[in-house]
Amino acid sequence: PMAAPAAGPPPVLRIVAECGRSRARAGELRLPHGTVPCPVFMPVGTRGTAKGLTAAQLAALGCRICLGNTFHLGTRPGPELVRRSGGLHGFMDWPHNLLTDSGGFQMVSLLELSEVSEEGVLFQPPHGGDPVLLSPERAMEIQNALGADIVMQLDDVVSSTTTGPRLEEAMLRSVRWLDRCVAAHARPQQQRLFAIVQGGTEPELRLRCLRAMTQRAVSGFAIGGLSGGEAKARFWRAVKLCTEHLPRDKPRYLMGVGYATDLVVCVALGCDMFDCVFPTRTARFGSALVPWGSLQLKNQKFAKDFRPIDADCGCPTCQRHSRAYLHALLRCNTAALHLLTLHNVAYQMKLMGSIRDSILRQRFPEFVREFMAAMYGGRGGPPAWAREALESVGITLG
Amino acid sequence: MATAGGARPPAPGDDGRRGAARVARVPRLLRVPVRRRGARMRLKLLGAGRLGSLAGLGRGGAGALALPGCLLYTRAGAAPHLTHDTLREVRGVPGVAHVALPALAEIHDVLEEYKEGAAKFMGMPDAVLYCSLHDPVTPCPSGYNTNKMVSLWGSSGRMEITASKFMDIQRAIQPDWFQCISDGDTISGEAGRKRAQKSVDRSLSFLDICLQLQEESPELQGSVMFGAIEGGDILEERLRSARETAKRPVGGFLLDGFQGSAMAKETKLKLIASVTAELPEDKPRIIHGVGKPDEVLECIERGVDIFESFFPFQVTERGCALVFSYDCHPAPEATVLPQNGIQDLEKNGAQEDQEEVSKADPEMTPFEISLKDKKYHDDFGPLLEGCSCYCCQRHTRAYVHHLLVTNELLAGVLLMMHNFQHYFGFFSAVRDALRDSKLDQLKELIFRQALQGPASTALRH
Repeated sequence: PMAAPAAGPPPVLRIVAECGRSRARAGELRLPHGTVPCPVFMPVGTRGTAKGLTAAQLAALGCRICLGNTFHLGTRPGPELVRRSGGLHGFMDWPHNLLTDSGGFQMVSLLELSEVSEEGVLFQPPHGGDPVLLSPERAMEIQNALGADIVMQLDDVVSSTTTGPRLEEAMLRSVRWLDRCVAAHARPQQQRLFAIVQGGTEPELRLRCLRAMTQRAVSGFAIGGLSGGEAKARFWRAVKLCTEHLPRDKPRYLMGVGYATDLVVCVALGCDMFDCVFPTRTARFGSALVPWGSLQLKNQKFAKDFRPIDADCGCPTCQRHSRAYLHALLRCNTAALHLLTLHNVAYQMKLMGSIRDSILRQRFPEFVREFMAAMYGGRGGPPAWAREALESVGITLG
Repeated sequence: MATAGGARPPAPGDDGRRGAARVARVPRLLRVPVRRRGARMRLKLLGAGRLGSLAGLGRGGAGALALPGCLLYTRAGAAPHLTHDTLREVRGVPGVAHVALPALAEIHDVLEEYKEGAAKFMGMPDAVLYCSLHDPVTPCPSGYNTNKMVSLWGSSGRMEITASKFMDIQRAIQPDWFQCISDGDTISGEAGRKRAQKSVDRSLSFLDICLQLQEESPELQGSVMFGAIEGGDILEERLRSARETAKRPVGGFLLDGFQGSAMAKETKLKLIASVTAELPEDKPRIIHGVGKPDEVLECIERGVDIFESFFPFQVTERGCALVFSYDCHPAPEATVLPQNGIQDLEKNGAQEDQEEVSKADPEMTPFEISLKDKKYHDDFGPLLEGCSCYCCQRHTRAYVHHLLVTNELLAGVLLMMHNFQHYFGFFSAVRDALRDSKLDQLKELIFRQALQGPASTALRH
């Protein structure tokens, strides 16, 4: 057992309401750059930009926390330059909160040549230069320079379909790396460190990881190593196992989850924070998110559809433009991509707002049923995994 | 509707079977009933050159454009890279938006079904919309026009448009202003006198047909047709085109065929001056294809009122920012900066200059800096010191450099906001200079930079 941790920064999570049936919670994240209502979806800004949106536009949509990516920013333009720009906040001119991940995931998913050892991850920078070692200490150093409000430990990342000894090795190493990150973290008062629970979809490994990590003095816990290619049935069980064993009073951040259905189910399972490239990426492919699925606006069938994407949306895009116009604009002006990004981020914000609101008003189960009816009504009902997951926390669908 | 004796006016090509005297075969004046289209548009000149304004524009008659001025360049109705709310952050956006016909021709059937006009379809119901025949940024290969049709170039390729089809499309667009279909295929540099003559003949023929068709189109009663003045680089043809076009009841004139770089500069300027001398004072003159600040000034001096704003878009597309000065009265310390700036550049040394030159976009002008250049990676100054645009108020050259190097879409957004605001500010400065009789000083400042580069390029670390 660890020694009692020294007095850390104030708690991040304040719970305002809990669902009487499921594990859903509604609350606030208290962070250095302001309060963030949760459950919350965090748009991904990767390289210091919320893609084609200005910081002002993103804030106007109600976003109060978004992601920056340590790997990308760490290679270009590099942490020193970002520090000299006033940290990532100054660099982006973003007045609200930021979360940076450690870079581990990108390295494994993006690089041909990356080698993991106890020291860290050795990788070949994609734009030339000598091999670089990303150690837990270096990951903290970079994140300290970037200055995000929430920073993530460096974890030993393996694909979510990995099994066998490598999975266990990665989980145990992630615990050891957590300790090194805690020790190396130079700005605990200004930046909140989160652990990342690993173990793939093996319940026994997950449990061991949870038991170990919950003994460490961190501000919050991410559920990592999921939302890859694993089966949904295993996915939700792993999420639920985590929320069962994570402390109630600290935020649970489920990494890489952003499809609407997944968000709703995982809130029911007890998660508070989410991030995903999906809504912003799919916008750049001409796809608009709606409560009943998505509209592929490049499709010819929208050429004469003079309705807005969603008459109930209220975002700047839906207030002004029709599907037909967006279809035409997509051919010749990047402004179309930005209009769709605006809409999709607004959609996500609105969804989370509705979720939170329903929890506060003690009608989250009804909300879930309405959501599922709108999304799957004409299509044979919600997927089996979603049904099972919701059942397991007391929400039955019609 | 006044007509002579109640009879219908003769149609173009009519050889006068109703007893009127036979007339020559060249396109002749069409005796249309006098009825002022776009009757609310008023041009007011204030006396200093052609400093003035156009008022009474648009559906409600509340639109205005200060002269000399430019249009807002759009691609299918949206400023490039900019949504409505980001455009709103740009100061000095002109009161008339420019859209090119090809993008709208490609959705003609959509607009016909929509029925309420292109401006509303594009989400700008209150805008004053000018529809030009071609997009200034899309090349128009030569040799694809005939006596009966003109080729347009859009995202799906080439479209052949007759005068009749042209007017069909305009009826669906319902623009406030539009360029009449014309044959401007004289810019490749290979056009001789005969080709120049054809461009004039065809364009006048198209004009007469379209004027007639406009008469018969209720949807276009509020629209102002701009007659295109063609004639290549042949003075005689230019004069003929100007005089003949001026006889028609058009609401304004478009100086066409001056795009590109084939025409010798002196010829171009002489022709522009000769053309505008033939035109009535009280109708606006637009020129296509001229965007650089020095060229804009030359045209303004020669009687041109309105320009496009494709130039800041082109600057944006090559990752550059406009930084030329148009401030004739800089603060005292600023006169020291040019010296420092030049010294900074000299310090870089010949070696680096050569590398930069070889990497620089060949289209780059002396009025801009290339943010992709490595030297900006840790430059924490704004794109342009003293600029009040959204980007310069919040971001640094280092940030924009980073966005360009990482291929982020936001680079285009921020650069477009800056480049538009700077360009619109330039036109505002031109009007101020005319008003204060300081045009010579402004010319001197601009022409100096056309030769030497921007007045201040100092790096800040």
